[in-house]
Amino acid sequence: MTTKLFGEPVQRREDPRLLTGQGRYLDDLGREALAAAFVRSPHAHARIRDIDVGPALDVEGLVAVYTWEDLPERVGRALPLLIPHPALTHGRTAYPLAREVVRHVGEPVVMVVATDRYAAEDACALIEVDYELRKPVVGLEEAVHGAQLVHEDVPGNVGAHLVQEVPAPGGHGAREAIEAAPHTLSFRLDIERSASMPLEGRGVYARWDGRDLRVYSSTQTSTSVRMAVAAALGLPLPQVEVIAPDVGGGFGVKIVHPWPEEVLVPWAAMTLGREVKWAEDRREHFISSAHERAQVQHVRVGFDDEGRVLGLDVSILHDHGAYTPYGIIVPIVTSTQLLGPYRVGAYRVEFTAVYTNTVQVTPYRGAGRPQGVFCMERTMDKIARHLGKDRTAVREANFIRPEEFPYDQGMIFQDGRPLIYDSGDYPEMLRMIKELIGWDSFERRPGRGIGIGCYVEGTGVGPYEGGHVQITSDGRVHVSTGLTSQGQGHETAFAQIAAAELGVPIERVSVVTGDTRRFAYAVGTFASRAAVVSGNAIALACRKVREKALRIAADALEADPADLDIADGLVHVAGTPSASIPLSTVAVLANPLRYAFDEEAAKATQFSGTASPDRPPVAEGEEPGLEGRDYYSPIRSTFAAGMHAAVVETDPDTAEIKVVRYAVVHDCGRLINPMIVEGQIHGGVAQGIGGALYERMVYDQHGQLVNASFMDFLMPYATEVPHVETDHLETPSPLNPLGIKGAGEAGVIPVSAVIASAVEDAEGFAVDRMPISPSELFEARRRNRG
Amino acid sequence: MEHEITLVVNGTARRVRVPARRLLSDCLRHDLGLTGTHVGCEHGVCGCCTVLLEGRPVRSCLTFAVTVDGAEITTVEGLAGSDGRLSAVQRAFAECHGLQCGFCTPGFLCTVTALLADNPVPTDDEVIEGISGNLCRCTGYQNIVKAVHRAAELRAEET
Ligand code: FES
Ligand code: FES
Repeated sequence: MTTKLFGEPVQRREDPRLLTGQGRYLDDLGREALAAAFVRSPHAHARIRDIDVGPALDVEGLVAVYTWEDLPERVGRALPLLIPHPALTHGRTAYPLAREVVRHVGEPVVMVVATDRYAAEDACALIEVDYELRKPVVGLEEAVHGAQLVHEDVPGNVGAHLVQEVPAPGGHGAREAIEAAPHTLSFRLDIERSASMPLEGRGVYARWDGRDLRVYSSTQTSTSVRMAVAAALGLPLPQVEVIAPDVGGGFGVKIVHPWPEEVLVPWAAMTLGREVKWAEDRREHFISSAHERAQVQHVRVGFDDEGRVLGLDVSILHDHGAYTPYGIIVPIVTSTQLLGPYRVGAYRVEFTAVYTNTVQVTPYRGAGRPQGVFCMERTMDKIARHLGKDRTAVREANFIRPEEFPYDQGMIFQDGRPLIYDSGDYPEMLRMIKELIGWDSFERRPGRGIGIGCYVEGTGVGPYEGGHVQITSDGRVHVSTGLTSQGQGHETAFAQIAAAELGVPIERVSVVTGDTRRFAYAVGTFASRAAVVSGNAIALACRKVREKALRIAADALEADPADLDIADGLVHVAGTPSASIPLSTVAVLANPLRYAFDEEAAKATQFSGTASPDRPPVAEGEEPGLEGRDYYSPIRSTFAAGMHAAVVETDPDTAEIKVVRYAVVHDCGRLINPMIVEGQIHGGVAQGIGGALYERMVYDQHGQLVNASFMDFLMPYATEVPHVETDHLETPSPLNPLGIKGAGEAGVIPVSAVIASAVEDAEGFAVDRMPISPSELFEARRRNRG
Repeated sequence: MEHEITLVVNGTARRVRVPARRLLSDCLRHDLGLTGTHVGCEHGVCGCCTVLLEGRPVRSCLTFAVTVDGAEITTVEGLAGSDGRLSAVQRAFAECHGLQCGFCTPGFLCTVTALLADNPVPTDDEVIEGISGNLCRCTGYQNIVKAVHRAAELRAEET
């Protein structure tokens, strides 16, 4: 690192365009495109008897109407199951347009294309679909009961069942260990549905020029959309390009692909030979994208007099909604990340993932961790209460110690690799959070409580990301990476990395993400992985370019490359600043030319006398140009950690819950840009507060989502979110060159656990369901106090 | 049936033919090409579509374009000075990291511009109250609140 850029709160380079209305989000593109709209199922479970499009045909501006039967075989196939797993014995995915049966309200049935969205929606309103209703399966209990089936060929509605056991060092299983323990507790926990709910919905815009297809999608993974679209449409991969423009938030939901619309809109564009665009509206987002969180957990724990967990046995019921395109990643993450910063004697975890006639469940920021952390942290609080101990003392007694890293939890993580924590210092973090919130001096009184929650987050999962770095003859640095951005400030953080590695002013660096024309190999933005995986790939690519620049400059300056350094865009001999050459000139020399297009370029032409006549202009093993590409593929995940604490006040009459203080201590390894990391934490906490106190997806017994609007699904406004106090601990990851761990999801993970802990402290009775509304707290008071 | 209307948008009179049901948000975005105004819900809750109508914040998704014929409208594209210099509110949002994905940002910028015109030195409570009609899913609002106070400072320095 030659400059101080790494670790500095550099202002964001994406802001000037976003602050002036010059951002380009999906629906800002394609002004001339035809508009698509969808007829979606109003029923949770039904067979389609007939579709009559006739009445729509007179709508002015109508261009085309498609049902499943109109789709070519390849396009009409069931959407891919993205992450197969041996335990997912009955994975099921939807068709791009419903084929015979609809399994949730909102499932697309007919696609309409018209000259504008108003006309397309007019036509949708006139299409008549004749449904034969079936009894829907709503809620976990009904799904498990299995009397009604979501998929006729999935007995008991069970899509997946997985048991994982980590015996104690002596070989005892968890159940044995619990039986033998001095103390045992068992209880049930409930977490309701919520959703990512980015303010920009999904959207797709496609252009076909007769040979090449260009697709813009509001996605978290343009490279994978590209492969999926090419496969579905039978196009050679080089003829398809996919671009994620500015994306108005993702939070997990946009990692799923290909969405039905991502297949259908490009197909319609090809079929009609016209540009076609679809932008999701809010109601569509509620009923036809994805939700998360819903789980019921049954817990048994055995522990000793100090509160040390000797055995933990958790069985999880996970609601998958109607389909499983993203496999069973969410319950796997819950099962593995449940352990948090603790070493438990023996652990058994079992989950059953069931289908219901509701919107599919795929990762939402935190991706199963909030549920797991809720479980473990409720367990810690219950142990403390049972033993009459301080809640932090029980946690401390169970922590993995700093000298025990790397620590193997003995399980297989969501990336198929061992769950081995790379580094951390949990006792120090606990000390910091207690100090920040004032744990030891807290004055408890009825209606005022304090709570705490700890978590470990596996971040930066593989398989890989790549980076490409090019220095052009104007001295500018062009960085690209394949993964996408949805507001995380990648253009800034990655520019900081490149500027620091190359010794150039950050103003000369520009970063492109999510554009397959610039970088075609990538996985995507999820699992708090972008900074870790792309960040390191870009650093490695910069190092290659730097080495090449030094080699070429050494030749030109007749110096030893080892004596050279780069600062402010100049390669100079260390100690002799006058002996220098700008990177722009190095870039010129890196590309031997025949034709001079400007004065600089003339230096690299064949009669300029700069090249030795004894060597080929491009030496063996070399390539023209001052550019480099490299990949970073982590051996396994890094493990960030954090501890949150909150003070809440509950109103004695109205049972309103107010979070009066909220504190976060966070360790994501080395920080690239602390301002951006803090912003990520603030946003995560706000989503966590929503999940703890306000947000829930309310389905009625017919499978209707009754609160599918911002009027009724209560996302927090500024009035609901507390001020967040933060402190950072930095334990660098030994696994990657930059020592970073990733921060995107951190803020949201423990919030429900923390709020439950604090409300329980204020009220004096157990809080085992989330979210908790004032009326639920009111009821709980009646139940507990009579 | 289409109606011919005139909107004075960011100081320029624009004539446009729209059907009666055309939302102001769609008219600005799709007829006039001013895509800086965003729509996050189209039912009046998120505030992404907020523009200034005669200086007052309104939800353009709840406004029919024909009902504001002849009116003066400011969108996010019109907040910077004619020399391109960002307004105090825009600069404060950048300085305080008051935006992440930027989708809610145009609505906040318009709302805050009107707020500070009304109340140049708001208290913390007044700031929170003032932005409590706008949703942001990314920032947790903390840095937006900070940005509003900073914008008040920058405005005061400038006048
Ligand atoms: S789009 Fe107008 S308030 Fe949400
Ligand atoms: S910055 Fe993304 S919604 Fe506010």
